[in-house]
Amino acid sequence: MIKSELIAKLAEENPHLTQRDIERVVGVVLERMIQALEEGGRVELRGFGALSVRSRDARAGRNPRTGEPVDVRAKHVPFFKSGKELRERLNAEDEG
Amino acid sequence: MNDVSAGARAIMKGATVTRADLCEAVHEQVGLTRQDCSELVERVLELMCQALERGEQVKLSGFGVFQVRAKRARMGRNPKTGEPAAIDPRRVIGFRASQVMKARVDRALSR
Repeated sequence: MIKSELIAKLAEENPHLTQRDIERVVGVVLERMIQALEEGGRVELRGFGALSVRSRDARAGRNPRTGEPVDVRAKHVPFFKSGKELRERLNAEDEG
Repeated sequence: MNDVSAGARAIMKGATVTRADLCEAVHEQVGLTRQDCSELVERVLELMCQALERGEQVKLSGFGVFQVRAKRARMGRNPKTGEPAAIDPRRVIGFRASQVMKARVDRALSR
Protein backbone atom coordinates (compact mmCIF):
# COMPACT_ATOMS: atom_id res chain seq x y z
CA MET A 1 0.00 0.00 0.00
CA ILE A 2 1.33 3.42 -0.90
CA LYS A 3 0.22 6.82 0.34
CA SER A 4 -2.12 7.50 -2.59
CA GLU A 5 -3.88 4.15 -2.04
CA LEU A 6 -4.33 4.95 1.63
CA ILE A 7 -5.81 8.33 0.70
CA ALA A 8 -8.12 6.78 -1.90
CA LYS A 9 -9.43 4.26 0.64
CA LEU A 10 -10.04 6.94 3.27
CA ALA A 11 -11.81 9.12 0.69
CA GLU A 12 -14.06 6.20 -0.25
CA GLU A 13 -14.93 5.63 3.42
CA ASN A 14 -15.67 9.32 3.97
CA PRO A 15 -17.88 10.59 1.14
CA HIS A 16 -18.69 13.72 3.19
CA LEU A 17 -15.05 14.87 2.95
CA THR A 18 -13.12 16.06 -0.08
CA GLN A 19 -10.14 14.16 -1.43
CA ARG A 20 -8.08 17.28 -0.84
CA ASP A 21 -8.97 17.35 2.87
CA ILE A 22 -8.06 13.67 3.21
CA GLU A 23 -4.71 14.31 1.55
CA ARG A 24 -4.06 17.09 4.03
CA VAL A 25 -5.08 14.89 6.96
CA VAL A 26 -2.57 12.20 6.00
CA GLY A 27 0.09 14.85 5.39
CA VAL A 28 -0.46 16.50 8.77
CA VAL A 29 -0.42 13.17 10.64
CA LEU A 30 2.92 12.15 9.12
CA GLU A 31 4.38 15.65 9.47
CA ARG A 32 3.41 15.84 13.15
CA MET A 33 5.18 12.54 13.79
CA ILE A 34 8.41 13.74 12.17
CA GLN A 35 8.19 16.99 14.16
CA ALA A 36 7.89 15.06 17.41
CA LEU A 37 11.18 13.32 16.64
CA GLU A 38 12.82 16.58 15.56
CA GLU A 39 11.82 18.08 18.91
CA GLY A 40 13.62 15.26 20.64
CA GLY A 41 10.40 13.53 21.55
CA ARG A 42 8.72 10.29 20.56
CA VAL A 43 5.42 9.06 19.14
CA GLU A 44 3.42 6.42 20.97
CA LEU A 45 0.40 4.90 19.29
CA ARG A 46 -1.17 2.09 21.30
CA GLY A 47 -1.87 -0.97 19.22
CA PHE A 48 0.34 0.25 16.39
CA GLY A 49 3.76 1.04 17.76
CA ALA A 50 6.20 3.73 18.80
CA LEU A 51 8.63 5.92 16.90
CA SER A 52 11.70 7.19 18.68
CA VAL A 53 15.20 8.36 17.88
CA ARG A 54 18.31 6.32 18.53
CA SER A 55 21.80 7.69 18.52
CA ARG A 56 24.57 5.99 16.63
CA ASP A 57 28.17 6.56 17.68
CA ALA A 58 30.73 7.91 15.27
CA ARG A 59 32.60 5.07 13.61
CA ALA A 60 35.24 4.33 11.04
CA GLY A 61 33.53 3.23 7.84
CA ARG A 62 34.64 2.44 4.34
CA ASN A 63 33.61 3.67 0.96
CA PRO A 64 32.06 0.47 -0.36
CA ARG A 65 33.17 1.21 -3.91
CA THR A 66 36.78 2.16 -3.36
CA GLY A 67 37.46 0.56 0.01
CA GLU A 68 38.84 3.88 1.29
CA PRO A 69 38.42 4.44 5.02
CA VAL A 70 36.04 7.29 5.90
CA ASP A 71 35.01 8.81 9.20
CA VAL A 72 31.30 8.41 9.83
CA ARG A 73 30.09 10.98 12.35
CA ALA A 74 27.66 10.26 15.18
CA LYS A 75 24.07 10.24 13.97
CA HIS A 76 20.51 10.30 15.17
CA VAL A 77 18.26 7.85 13.38
CA PRO A 78 14.49 7.25 13.56
CA PHE A 79 13.52 3.91 15.07
CA PHE A 80 10.16 2.09 15.03
CA LYS A 81 9.08 -0.58 17.47
CA SER A 82 5.84 -2.34 16.69
CA GLY A 83 3.16 -2.42 19.36
CA LYS A 84 2.11 -5.57 21.15
CA GLU A 85 -1.29 -5.72 19.53
CA LEU A 86 0.09 -5.37 16.00
CA ARG A 87 2.72 -8.05 16.68
CA GLU A 88 -0.01 -10.37 17.91
CA ARG A 89 -2.18 -9.67 14.89
CA LEU A 90 0.71 -10.44 12.55
CA ASN A 91 1.28 -13.80 14.15
CA ALA A 92 -2.30 -14.73 14.97
CA GLU A 93 -2.91 -17.24 12.16
CA ASP A 94 0.05 -19.42 13.15
CA GLU A 95 -1.47 -20.10 16.53
CA GLY A 96 -5.02 -20.28 15.07
CA MET B 1 9.07 21.19 34.96
CA ASN B 2 6.59 23.39 36.81
CA ASP B 3 8.58 26.54 36.13
CA VAL B 4 6.43 28.38 33.62
CA SER B 5 9.24 30.82 32.77
CA ALA B 6 11.30 27.89 31.53
CA GLY B 7 8.83 28.13 28.68
CA ALA B 8 6.96 25.81 26.43
CA ARG B 9 10.21 24.81 24.78
CA ALA B 10 11.48 22.85 27.74
CA ILE B 11 8.17 21.05 27.95
CA MET B 12 8.05 20.46 24.20
CA LYS B 13 11.51 18.91 24.31
CA GLY B 14 11.10 15.23 24.65
CA ALA B 15 7.32 15.34 24.57
CA THR B 16 5.49 12.13 23.66
CA VAL B 17 3.01 12.51 20.83
CA THR B 18 -0.11 10.35 21.03
CA ARG B 19 -3.30 9.92 19.01
CA ALA B 20 -4.79 12.93 20.78
CA ASP B 21 -1.91 15.15 19.60
CA LEU B 22 -2.24 13.90 16.03
CA CYS B 23 -5.99 14.64 16.13
CA GLU B 24 -5.33 18.10 17.50
CA ALA B 25 -2.81 18.89 14.76
CA VAL B 26 -5.25 17.68 12.08
CA HIS B 27 -8.10 19.65 13.64
CA GLU B 28 -6.05 22.85 13.75
CA GLN B 29 -4.45 22.55 10.34
CA VAL B 30 -7.20 21.00 8.26
CA GLY B 31 -10.17 22.42 10.13
CA LEU B 32 -12.31 19.29 10.28
CA THR B 33 -14.39 18.47 13.34
CA ARG B 34 -12.62 16.74 16.22
CA GLN B 35 -14.90 13.76 15.66
CA ASP B 36 -13.81 13.45 12.01
CA CYS B 37 -10.16 13.97 12.95
CA SER B 38 -10.19 11.31 15.60
CA GLU B 39 -11.92 8.80 13.30
CA LEU B 40 -9.53 9.54 10.43
CA VAL B 41 -6.40 9.16 12.57
CA GLU B 42 -7.75 5.84 13.79
CA ARG B 43 -8.51 4.67 10.25
CA VAL B 44 -5.06 5.69 8.99
CA LEU B 45 -3.45 3.47 11.62
CA GLU B 46 -5.95 0.65 11.16
CA LEU B 47 -5.53 0.56 7.36
CA MET B 48 -1.77 0.45 7.81
CA CYS B 49 -2.09 -2.45 10.27
CA GLN B 50 -4.41 -4.31 7.89
CA ALA B 51 -2.01 -3.92 4.96
CA LEU B 52 0.84 -5.24 7.11
CA GLU B 53 -1.31 -8.14 8.29
CA ARG B 54 -1.84 -9.07 4.64
CA GLY B 55 1.93 -9.08 4.31
CA GLU B 56 1.98 -5.91 2.20
CA GLN B 57 4.53 -3.21 2.66
CA VAL B 58 3.29 0.27 3.54
CA LYS B 59 5.18 2.89 1.58
CA LEU B 60 4.65 6.50 2.59
CA SER B 61 6.74 8.83 0.46
CA GLY B 62 8.64 11.41 2.48
CA PHE B 63 8.13 9.31 5.60
CA GLY B 64 9.32 5.75 5.18
CA VAL B 65 8.48 2.13 4.52
CA PHE B 66 6.98 -0.38 6.95
CA GLN B 67 7.63 -3.95 5.96
CA VAL B 68 6.81 -7.40 7.29
CA ARG B 69 9.73 -9.76 7.61
CA ALA B 70 9.56 -13.45 8.37
CA LYS B 71 11.84 -14.81 11.07
CA ARG B 72 12.83 -18.46 11.08
CA ALA B 73 12.31 -20.72 14.07
CA ARG B 74 15.41 -20.82 16.26
CA MET B 75 16.59 -21.96 19.63
CA GLY B 76 16.75 -19.24 22.20
CA ARG B 77 16.93 -19.08 25.95
CA ASN B 78 14.60 -18.08 28.66
CA PRO B 79 16.45 -14.98 29.88
CA LYS B 80 15.24 -15.48 33.42
CA THR B 81 16.10 -19.13 33.94
CA GLY B 82 18.74 -19.64 31.23
CA GLU B 83 16.84 -22.69 29.99
CA PRO B 84 16.94 -23.33 26.25
CA ALA B 85 13.57 -22.63 24.65
CA ALA B 86 12.30 -23.02 21.09
CA ILE B 87 11.31 -19.77 19.40
CA ASP B 88 8.59 -20.25 16.79
CA PRO B 89 8.87 -18.74 13.34
CA ARG B 90 7.20 -15.37 13.44
CA ARG B 91 6.58 -12.19 11.52
CA VAL B 92 8.05 -8.89 12.60
CA ILE B 93 7.76 -5.33 11.32
CA GLY B 94 10.71 -3.42 10.03
CA PHE B 95 10.70 0.31 9.38
CA ARG B 96 13.04 2.19 7.09
CA ALA B 97 12.80 5.94 7.42
CA SER B 98 12.93 7.90 4.16
CA GLN B 99 16.02 9.95 3.34
CA VAL B 100 13.95 13.08 4.01
CA MET B 101 12.93 11.99 7.49
CA LYS B 102 16.42 10.74 8.35
CA ALA B 103 17.97 14.02 7.25
CA ARG B 104 15.45 16.14 9.15
CA VAL B 105 15.77 14.19 12.39
CA ASP B 106 19.55 14.08 12.23
CA ARG B 107 19.82 17.78 11.40
CA ALA B 108 17.53 18.72 14.27
CA LEU B 109 19.27 16.60 16.88
CA SER B 110 22.92 16.27 15.90
CA ARG B 111 24.24 19.61 17.05
